[in-house]
Amino acid sequence: MNNNEAYWKANLTLVASLLAIWFLVSFGCGILFVEYLNQFRLFGFKLGFWFSQQGSIYVFVILIFVYVWQMNKLDKRYGVDEDE
Amino acid sequence: MSAQLLTYLFIGLSFALYIGIAIWSRSATTNDFYVAGGHVHPLANGAATAADWMSAASFLSMAGLIAFEGADGARYLMGWTGGYVLLALLLAPYLRKFAKFTVPDFVGDRYYSQAARLVAVVCVIFISFTYVAGQMRGVGIVFSRFLEVDINTGVVIGMAIVFIYAVLGGMKGITYTQVAQYCVLIFAYLVPAIFISLQLTGNPLPMLGFGSTLSDGVYLLDKLDGLSDELGMTAFTSGNKSTVDMFFITAALMAGTAGLPHVIVRFFTVPKVRDARISAGYALIFIALLYTTAPAVAAFARINIINNVDGMVYADAPEWFTKWENSGLIAWLDKNDDGKVQYRGGDALVPVKPAFDGARQGAGPRALDNMASANDNELYIDRDIIVLAHPEIANLPNWVIALVAAGGLAAALSTAAGLLLVMSTSISHDLMKKCLMPSITERQELMFARIAAALAISVAGLLGIYPPGFVAQVVAFAFGLAAASFFPVLLLGIFSKRMNKEAAIAGMVTGLTFTFSYIVYFKFVSPETNNAAHWLFGISPEGIGTLGMLLNFAVSLIIMRITPPPPEEIQQMVEGIRIPR
Repeated sequence: MNNNEAYWKANLTLVASLLAIWFLVSFGCGILFVEYLNQFRLFGFKLGFWFSQQGSIYVFVILIFVYVWQMNKLDKRYGVDEDE
Repeated sequence: MSAQLLTYLFIGLSFALYIGIAIWSRSATTNDFYVAGGHVHPLANGAATAADWMSAASFLSMAGLIAFEGADGARYLMGWTGGYVLLALLLAPYLRKFAKFTVPDFVGDRYYSQAARLVAVVCVIFISFTYVAGQMRGVGIVFSRFLEVDINTGVVIGMAIVFIYAVLGGMKGITYTQVAQYCVLIFAYLVPAIFISLQLTGNPLPMLGFGSTLSDGVYLLDKLDGLSDELGMTAFTSGNKSTVDMFFITAALMAGTAGLPHVIVRFFTVPKVRDARISAGYALIFIALLYTTAPAVAAFARINIINNVDGMVYADAPEWFTKWENSGLIAWLDKNDDGKVQYRGGDALVPVKPAFDGARQGAGPRALDNMASANDNELYIDRDIIVLAHPEIANLPNWVIALVAAGGLAAALSTAAGLLLVMSTSISHDLMKKCLMPSITERQELMFARIAAALAISVAGLLGIYPPGFVAQVVAFAFGLAAASFFPVLLLGIFSKRMNKEAAIAGMVTGLTFTFSYIVYFKFVSPETNNAAHWLFGISPEGIGTLGMLLNFAVSLIIMRITPPPPEEIQQMVEGIRIPR
């Protein structure tokens, strides 16, 4: 496996794991399990309601920044970053 | 100063700012006109993307929709933000590396096919026009209510402003005006939200405020659920939509967001691949500021409307109530003749939208031609006015009311400009330069771009002045079609080297035809059967784009295995866009 293929594979693994979290918080906590989670409370919020209207959005922001941080590391490790 | 004078002042100042920026950042080359020379700082691009993306629908309508729908509103909140995760992780960096001007450019080159390019051009224009019509309605509402000018005059003023900075400045002008418009719109959204959050809960952050307690020590959301229950409305924290429908609509909005051409094209304007990645992150932070505030605004608005309006004697109605009644967006039918407004669950009128019987007579309410519905609700409130009316309902100072009007215009104009630009680029670059007249010079291409922009603005203005009755109906098209057409083609074009021309065209045609027919059937051919009992798997037309997208993926994956692989140079191109350097 050459360098570029290894880089691409590492990239795919990273993207897949981040998208798993993306799916879990939005479609999981926000839609599929929302009724179940609503029996728990987070201050004045029902937990499922909080995930669907607040929590999922915060997680989305974090996911993109983790992606940027990890990709910049991968770029350097495999020597494909844009700073010459 | 009166609210109206302040509104003139704020809108005048903001328009002067936009025009000033446009003159400062004129475009000289097609590269400037299409992608701002590719020199936009990622932070500026993030703000411009946020303004580009957040339209009159996000600013004016969304909180209102959530105020009425409660938990079901989550599909907009998650759908319109979650799409950025897809965009950032799966599309933006690779499309930036590809380094062309438009989405049809990518489709045409990656699939080595003029037919694919043409399908993409048609989709871009259709999606963008549906969208732009909605922006012009937003502009009309703001002008007619706050400046008390005719809606048509309002639309013409809005057109003139967009004309100046889009035709003159192209992408470069649009980018920097959008940065200014983002600042105006987010300030205008947050200030009243913070005021009202402090009023109701004492917490300055609206995102936390709507999970806090009211002055009587009861949690705001519990109080609201209790009030809603008493009045026969659905509780704010629960919804009416089925889980399967919520799932499919949210997915369609997410994939649609990631496939919207005017958003994708913003990532062509930054210098590097790593800039494209981080600028998607900045964009989502900027968007999340409004999107996490919107449900709080919605909850505050519902509680304020119930407290201020239910049981109100009409003769003592505050000024905002009668003014919105004059605009035709509030209507009251005194079903029990007690002179008081009863606000309950269900639609007050049959048909739902008010039909007024001529002008106001004396001090009473405007007479209606509608029949009374069977329930006790006497009040019709248009969902689009909640954000605009809320500062008045909560008795905020006049300058806040004026600020919101300026913010609504910033949101509508910034999105309209972005849409007009991708339409004009599709015509001048993809249609004229790449298909019909490949021999034209850069100067001629730039001229075509400007003519196309002017033409698109005129058509958009006409749609604003003579709104076709089906604008609201076709908005579902924009996201469904983007999800069912562009998203799979772009994704497979990057992540599968084996993906070829035959599969792309078959996939797009299948996804489009299916989604288009389903929506047309339920919205136009047979609207009386538009309910869960007749829907395929219980999926509404709003969510059907997801199924169209899955069909597109399925057809593409099968066809590409039974047809020849793409040429060697295309496969090398795909390898090239996967590597930042």
